[in-house]
Amino acid sequence: MNWLSSYVRPKIRALVGQSRPDLPENLWDQCASCERMIFHRDLEANGRVCPHCGYHMRVGPEFRFRALFDEGSWQRVEAPRVAADPLKFRDLKRYSDRLKEAQNRTKAFDALEAAAGTVDGLPTVIAVMNFDFMTGTMGTALGEAFITAARHAVETRSAFLVVTASGGARMQEGALSLMQMARTTIAVQEIKEAGLPYIVLLTDPTTGGVTASFAMLGDIHLAEPAAMIGFAGPRVIEQTIREKLPNGFQRAEYLKEHGIVDLVVPRHEMRATLARLLGLLLRPKLESPPAAEVTSGPEVATEDEMANVDAGQ
Amino acid sequence: MSSLLDFEKPIAELEGKVKELRHLADSSDSGLDEDIAKLETRAAKMLAQTYAKLTPWQKAQVARHPDRPHFKDYAAALVPDFQPLAGDRSFADDAAIQAGLGRFRGRSILLIGHERGSDTEERVRHNFGMARPEGYRKAIRLMRLAERFGLPVVTLVDTMGAHPGIDAEERGQAEAIARSIECCLDLAVPVVSIIVGEGGSGGAIALAVADRVLMLEHSIYSVISPEGCAAILWRSAEKAADAAEALRFTAQDLREYRLIDEIIPEPVGGAHRARDVTIDAVGDAIERHLADLEGVPGLDLRLLRREKFLAMGRPAAA
Repeated sequence: MNWLSSYVRPKIRALVGQSRPDLPENLWDQCASCERMIFHRDLEANGRVCPHCGYHMRVGPEFRFRALFDEGSWQRVEAPRVAADPLKFRDLKRYSDRLKEAQNRTKAFDALEAAAGTVDGLPTVIAVMNFDFMTGTMGTALGEAFITAARHAVETRSAFLVVTASGGARMQEGALSLMQMARTTIAVQEIKEAGLPYIVLLTDPTTGGVTASFAMLGDIHLAEPAAMIGFAGPRVIEQTIREKLPNGFQRAEYLKEHGIVDLVVPRHEMRATLARLLGLLLRPKLESPPAAEVTSGPEVATEDEMANVDAGQ
Repeated sequence: MSSLLDFEKPIAELEGKVKELRHLADSSDSGLDEDIAKLETRAAKMLAQTYAKLTPWQKAQVARHPDRPHFKDYAAALVPDFQPLAGDRSFADDAAIQAGLGRFRGRSILLIGHERGSDTEERVRHNFGMARPEGYRKAIRLMRLAERFGLPVVTLVDTMGAHPGIDAEERGQAEAIARSIECCLDLAVPVVSIIVGEGGSGGAIALAVADRVLMLEHSIYSVISPEGCAAILWRSAEKAADAAEALRFTAQDLREYRLIDEIIPEPVGGAHRARDVTIDAVGDAIERHLADLEGVPGLDLRLLRREKFLAMGRPAAA
């Protein structure tokens, strides 16, 4: 869909012609928050943060790996394949079809992808949830991928960062998805018992059983600005209490005010913040004076790097 | 029977007829005894048949039956000297979760569970068994206390879920649940959990990560309520019965998927028809499992508990 088909009235569109082959796709994006149009390349160059209002759009695992790891330092940690659709679940659609559709679209096995590399030279495993894959819900495959990533961190003596984005538990796996709350918590315990840092970066949105398990057990909780983070969904709460919710309710800044997250960090400062925190935790004594702060990352990247990000998205 | 479930109506009608005939038989010498006996047998048979093949949606209704034994009934019958303890030491005492020490068949234990309340006033006071963060934090505090003195922890799970509200979110509902799960996994004392009614989502598993997880025959344990699931996936809460089928949340389903260790049989016609029998059966199961876990070193318990949960959903070792 391009700006013509999205935002130009049908009559005018007919005049211009429906699909001109010389018009590249995705020329413009619209900010979901301020609704202003953003030139696609500007948006990518700004780390998918709206240049007008600062709204942080959702990004996937590939983007995070490129944004957070030292360039060229990382490779994927493969997640084990688990039996799909253990319940043979079917609502209006078969779960197995929903899964296949999500797998084809994202080219991933499930909603959590992990990679191992370095952040400012420090070995780190980063696991990223993909909201685009069945709203990032947690089922057996995701639990298994989380455990595998955490254990890889333990084996390689790496810090473990998880970037959350999830609608909660995956109902299509019934109580098996509920059990992932306990299983992922065991993985967190293994990281902590190994004396490694466990950092959670909460992004929009993080809710339900994911929030109520590994997402709230971090040594340090970072959050992106305005990210919606909570246990119960706002609609459920509104229906239960029959009251309007306060302004900014369940947003990152609100959670910080209530003592639930440590830092609200804009995306373009994330890598530097992470590097600083990991450095403080893992390099307690410096041999030589510190080098300049790490600031590089695709948010301020060259066009070449941006082209790579495009390809990955 | 104070609360009759829809599918129990035919049984109740038969039982009503039996009562009427008895009344007649008492007032006149009509030789109705044989008819009464026949009807009684039929009613009993119908009850047994109905309860032998409850649909998942019917199970949900039985699991939530208001006359089912609740935490306070179990505590009173199984732990006669039950000493409730209160508060999370930082904010409040949450009446949705009850916890305390007491002697269960000779053993000093920590008993924790959700309390839904039995009449309107109680239900409001206990918030229908839907806990706030301070409830889970009280549980954590007392589990740590039990651990220090080597006392086993027994939890009774019966909740629609954790309380969804502004206050709960502000005080870190998600964090409190996560910490409770973490605490359960960490304890170096035996932990036995029984889903006695409704095991609703995160609010339930927060107290159900145990060495032994048992379910009463007609209890349910689900990631989401059938109504909630239907509203999201079928876009209509009316489809709750369909969602109930799909979610596979009955005790029998969970046993099949090897997510629980044992099913405790209920009396014919459900726990609400014979509360004392049910409570005794639960007590016997707790006693058996505690005896079994006794003497296992704390660190082994912790390790085995973790292995048990890690094995869930993985193909069985050949």
